[in-house]
Amino acid sequence: MNATKVSGRKQPLFYRLPVISHFRSSVGLQRGMLVTGLVLSVVFLLVAVFAPWIAPYGFAQLSDAAGPFPTQQPPSPAHIWGTTVGGYDVYSRVLWGAQTAAVVIIVAVAMSIFLGVALGLVSGYFGGWLDRLLVVIADAIYAFPSLLLAIVMSIVISHGQSSFWGGIVACSISISVVFVPQYFRVIRAETIRLKAEPYVESAKVVGASSIRIMGRHIFKNATRTLPLIFTLNASEAILTLAGLGFLGFGIEPTSAAEWGYDLNKAIADASSGIWWTGVYPGTAIVLTVLGLTLVGESINDLNDPRLRGRKKAVAGKGGPDSTAGAQTALEAESRVL
Amino acid sequence: MTTLTEAPLNDADGLLPSKKKSSGGGLGTYILVRFFLIIPTIFILVTLVFFLMRVIGDPITAAQGGRLPPEALAQRIHEAGYDRPILVQYLEYVGQVATGNFGTTITDRRPVVEMIITFGTATLELAINALIVALLVGIPLGLISAYKRDKAPDAVLRFFAILCYATPVFFAGLLMKLAFSVWLGWLPVAGRASTRTELAMGSLAAPTGIYWLDALRSGNMAAYGDVAAHSVLPALTLGLLTAGVFLRLVRTNVIGTLGKDYVEAGRSRGVSNYRLVTKHAYKPALIPIITVMGLQIALLLGGAVLTESTFEWKGLGYQLVQYLNARDFVAVQGIVVMLAVIVAVTNFIVDVVAALIDPRVRY
Repeated sequence: MNATKVSGRKQPLFYRLPVISHFRSSVGLQRGMLVTGLVLSVVFLLVAVFAPWIAPYGFAQLSDAAGPFPTQQPPSPAHIWGTTVGGYDVYSRVLWGAQTAAVVIIVAVAMSIFLGVALGLVSGYFGGWLDRLLVVIADAIYAFPSLLLAIVMSIVISHGQSSFWGGIVACSISISVVFVPQYFRVIRAETIRLKAEPYVESAKVVGASSIRIMGRHIFKNATRTLPLIFTLNASEAILTLAGLGFLGFGIEPTSAAEWGYDLNKAIADASSGIWWTGVYPGTAIVLTVLGLTLVGESINDLNDPRLRGRKKAVAGKGGPDSTAGAQTALEAESRVL
Repeated sequence: MTTLTEAPLNDADGLLPSKKKSSGGGLGTYILVRFFLIIPTIFILVTLVFFLMRVIGDPITAAQGGRLPPEALAQRIHEAGYDRPILVQYLEYVGQVATGNFGTTITDRRPVVEMIITFGTATLELAINALIVALLVGIPLGLISAYKRDKAPDAVLRFFAILCYATPVFFAGLLMKLAFSVWLGWLPVAGRASTRTELAMGSLAAPTGIYWLDALRSGNMAAYGDVAAHSVLPALTLGLLTAGVFLRLVRTNVIGTLGKDYVEAGRSRGVSNYRLVTKHAYKPALIPIITVMGLQIALLLGGAVLTESTFEWKGLGYQLVQYLNARDFVAVQGIVVMLAVIVAVTNFIVDVVAALIDPRVRY
């Protein structure tokens, strides 16, 4: 963010886009983290989009031309990651699971951003009793174990289990209930800060309506931190979805492939030494969450000048020499601080 | 009200001395005010949970619908008072909760409070074990990470912390089961204790319900070993999840205090880096660490639900899932409200501890 400010209008738009500007201002280890995270996230998205073409079987397919699938079979050429107790192909279900996870993330985060930002703007801008009430509620929800809240919500919405879209919407709502207070808090705090800025005052003097001030002057400035919260919440959404699925309150196995559900079934397998039903979906969760978290984490560090590694004044390109540059810059920094 | 969650995040610098003078409240006032702030939090959650659970219908139809003939069902609904206006029921429920009466479960007809105490001790045991693991792992590693900032050990430890966060507890549990129980055969697969120990524990005169404590008190060393062996994997699973958070927390805060003037002054006088980290930077960093750790109780409880299901640890979380599957919403409501109370009270205690440590954190 700082980099954008410093470079001003001279940079073309492309270099000012969130992730790209972050990439350009990163060096050494931080760049490594960012790149690793980006690679993992992109792979996740590609798998999610192309799952129907990559996966050898459907997520609920139990047989093919050669007859029904064997159950609990170790990895073999026909089923490269083995089959589950129900006779599903583990490899296919892991790939399809990416699609479910991606859809849930998008729906859940979009819903929570919309609600959280709207409530935060209104609450911060108008203040008064509405503000106080919303803050109390948000704090109460925020302090509560998020998984429990999600369970209660999923029971309320879908009575536990449901179809693909029904399940996705139920899971997304359950997850967004947990997230709305987070967006709300961030946006509200920013709004209160921005409300006192001279340009808001002058907009008021000129006679702009509240909606216009909120939408045009405050919204754009208050939402700067959103890419960061987005990535962090996306990873939390996956974990919550998997947690719901694991406890049996997610999406039915015949409606969609879901990693948490598969892990639930795999717990019983583990006792008898069957590892392939659990290790693959579990690893998929870990890698996806890892990728998203690394991206979020790097953006966070790069936004904070105190945490950002610095380039040498002359080092324009992030070549191998930039690591050494960052080291010296850091040492200089630690002496200054 | 914002102080509930924002005060802990306040940097010590944020609270200016002038502010202290203007408000002038003592520690007693602070604790009192903070105590009364618990009530709205719990009240809101009780309200929220009550109305959410009622959206689906009355608890008796949910639990017994289809199993009882309609007349018998209507009879039971009437007896329990679920046919009255929802607001009347709500006010009655709030009144009951305020006096510590959470009702009776529908499926096994037990008083909810008794059920919560029985299973709560198991959850408490798990939470304590996990907290010990988290502290023993998280704090030293966090200090090392801050001390070796931006060097190889720091990179490895930060990656470890993210990995702890990225691994769902049930997957971590599954891997540990595979490694230590199935392949190596060192530790039991699931449960709190073997059947023999459970029987021995049940026949004790005044059991606390916390097995290792009971085993120690009765001097039954075989039982103690058995309980300890069963505790290792769940404690590690849940503890590592929280350890990752603690590690990052300690690292960030210690790095923050390392930038302060007095640390710089110490450095200029030749105090060693090691001493700066462990003595000068660590203690002031403790306040935000303690407060955020207190907030982690919610994470711990959420994780406990999953850990208990993974290891068939018969605590509140395990029981919650059983009741949810049986559609016993009176029990579910009771457990959820109970957990809300625990979270709110913990946050209160944490704030008081923070105020005791740092006189600047007052009203």
